[in-house]
Amino acid sequence: MANNTDFLLALEGVTVSFDGFRAVNELNLYVDNQELRVIIGPNGAGKTTVLDLICGRTRLSSGSIRFKNREITGLKEHEIVRLGIGRKFQTPSIYEDLTVFENLEISIPRGRSVAGALFWQRTDEVIERVREIAEMIFLDRHLDRMAETLSHGQKQWLEIGMLLIQDPELLMLDEPVAGMSVSERARTGELLARLAKGRAVIVIEHDMKFVESIAHRITVLHQGQVLAEGNMDAIQDNPRVKEVYLGH
Amino acid sequence: MSNSLVGRRSLELIGFALIALFILIVLPLALDNFRLNLVGKYLTLAFVAVGLVLCWGYTGILSLGQGVFFGLGGYCMAMYLKLEASDPVSTKIQSTPGIPDFMDWNQITAVPLFWKPFYSLPFTLIAIVAVPTIFAFIVSAAMFKRRVGGVYFAIITQALAAVMTILIVGQQGYTGGINGITDLRTLHGWDIRSDHAKLILYFLCCALLLGSMLLARFVLVSKLGRILVAVRDKEERVRFSGYDVANFKIFVFCLASAIAAVGGAMFTLQVGFMSPSFVGIVPSIEMVIFCAVGGRHSLVGAVVGALLVNWGKTVFSESFPELWLFAMGGLFIAVVLAFPRGLAGLMTDQIMPLFDRLRGGVRRPSAAPAE
Repeated sequence: MANNTDFLLALEGVTVSFDGFRAVNELNLYVDNQELRVIIGPNGAGKTTVLDLICGRTRLSSGSIRFKNREITGLKEHEIVRLGIGRKFQTPSIYEDLTVFENLEISIPRGRSVAGALFWQRTDEVIERVREIAEMIFLDRHLDRMAETLSHGQKQWLEIGMLLIQDPELLMLDEPVAGMSVSERARTGELLARLAKGRAVIVIEHDMKFVESIAHRITVLHQGQVLAEGNMDAIQDNPRVKEVYLGH
Repeated sequence: MSNSLVGRRSLELIGFALIALFILIVLPLALDNFRLNLVGKYLTLAFVAVGLVLCWGYTGILSLGQGVFFGLGGYCMAMYLKLEASDPVSTKIQSTPGIPDFMDWNQITAVPLFWKPFYSLPFTLIAIVAVPTIFAFIVSAAMFKRRVGGVYFAIITQALAAVMTILIVGQQGYTGGINGITDLRTLHGWDIRSDHAKLILYFLCCALLLGSMLLARFVLVSKLGRILVAVRDKEERVRFSGYDVANFKIFVFCLASAIAAVGGAMFTLQVGFMSPSFVGIVPSIEMVIFCAVGGRHSLVGAVVGALLVNWGKTVFSESFPELWLFAMGGLFIAVVLAFPRGLAGLMTDQIMPLFDRLRGGVRRPSAAPAE
C-alpha cells in the first residue's frame, strides 16, 4: 500500500501493458509542489502513456497514482481535471469552430453541469478573466477570430491558455513547442517560466535546446522505466543516457 | 462578438421571421384547406428536423432512429383519441363494445393495463413528451456513458427503429399492427375532422414548431450550445476541461427526441391516424434527409428542408410514384456531393457573399462552422 508523501504527485509501481507489451513497467515518479519537471526519452519510451495514465485516459494494469495523497486511479477524466490536473495534448486540441474568446470561456472551471452551462452568464468577471489569460498567451488582439484561422503556434498557445484559465495545480504539457518557429519557441519558453509559478508542471519534450532553457529537473524514460533523474548537467554526463538517447 | 457572428445571428433572426410569416400568413391565404392540411403534415416532420439540427448538426450525433420518437409521441396521442372514439355506443356492433376496434378483431376483451392511463387527457399530454424523453434517456445514457458514439450510435438507433416497427406490427392486438391506430374522431369532445378544427390545429402546429425553434435557439446560443460544438469538434478536449461529456450528449439527444415527439402528436391530430410507417428505418432516414437538404446547422434551414422535400415528394409521387425513392436517394447524394451544408449553407456561403460583392462591400469571411 502506498504511503502518504509530501509530494504533489506520486506514481508508484505503475505498470500498463497493451496486449502483453509493457509500455510502462513498474514506474516510480514523484513530482513536488511547484516543480517544473521535464520528461525526455526516445520514441516509444512511454512518455505520453505516463501522461495518459495520470489524467485517466488510459487505465493502469497495476500500481498507484496519488495526487495530493489521494488515490486517483479509477476516477473519470473529468473528475481528475476537477481535482486540479490539466493536460495539453501533443497536437493542438482546440475548438476550431469557436472564436478564441469562446474557446477560453468554455474552459473557465465553472458552470460545468448541463444546467450550469445552459444558464451561464457572460459576466464582466468572465470577460475580464478571458482577457487576462489572452494577454498572457499573446492572443489578446485575436479574441474574436475563429480558432481555425490561427497559426499553428497560436493554436498551441491557445490550448495552453485554455489550461491556464482552469488554474490547475498540476499542468501537463505534451511537446508544447513541436512545430513552432524559433521565435515562437522563445516566447513559449517565457510563457512556461511564467505559468510554472504557483503550480507544478510536467513537460514532455524532444527538443534538447528547449529542455535546457526551461528545465529544473529532468527524468529520462526508457522502455517504460526511469533511466535517470537529475539536473541537466547530470543527465548529459550520464553514460547510460548518452547510450540510449543523446548519442543518437 | 465578431462581425461575422453578428451577421450570422441577425441572418438567422431574419430567416426565422420569414418562415413565421410564410407559414402563418402566406400559406393559409394561398392554399385551400386540403393543401394547408398537407403542409401541416409536413410541418410535423419539421419538428424532427429541428431536433436533428441540435443533435446531429451541432453535436455531431447522427441518429437514424428519430422516427421512433416521432412515433412514440404520435402513438401516445392516438391512444387517447382512440379510447375516446371507442365509446360503447359507437362500438356496439363489436363482440366487446367499448374497446378499440382492432382489439376486438384480435379477440382481446378488455383494454390492456398500459392503455388505461390514456383515458386521461392531462396524462396523455404529459406522456407525449415524457414517454419518448424517458426512452431517449435510457437509450442514450446506456450508450454515451459507455462512450459508444459516431457510426455505432447511428447503427444502433437504426436497429431501434427496426425493432420498434417489428414490435408494433407484431403486437397488433395492443398497437393496431401494420394499419396503425385509425379512425380517430374527437379530442376531448371536439371533432378534429372538420375543416375548422383542421385550420386551428394547423395554427397550433405552427405555434408549437416556432416555439420549439425558439427553445432550440435558446439552447444553441447559451454556453451549452458552444459546448455542443466543442464536443463535435474535440470531444477529448471537452472531457479534459472538466466536463462530463456524456451528460451533454444525453441532454441534447433527449431534447431532440422530445421535440420530435411533439411533432408526432401533431401529426396524429392533423392526419387522423398513426401507423408504423412513420416509425421505421425508411421514414427515419427521410427525416435525416430533410435536415441535410435544408442545412443541418440551421434551424430555419431544417424547416425549409422538411417543407421542400415533402412538397417535392407529394408532387413527384403523384406523377411518378415508382420513381420517388430513386429521387430521394439521388437528392441525398447530391446534397452530400454538391452542397454538404444544405440550402442554408448555400445561402450563407454562396449567395450572401455574392450580394455583398454586388453592393461593393468587402467579402465577409465565412462565418459558418466548417465541416
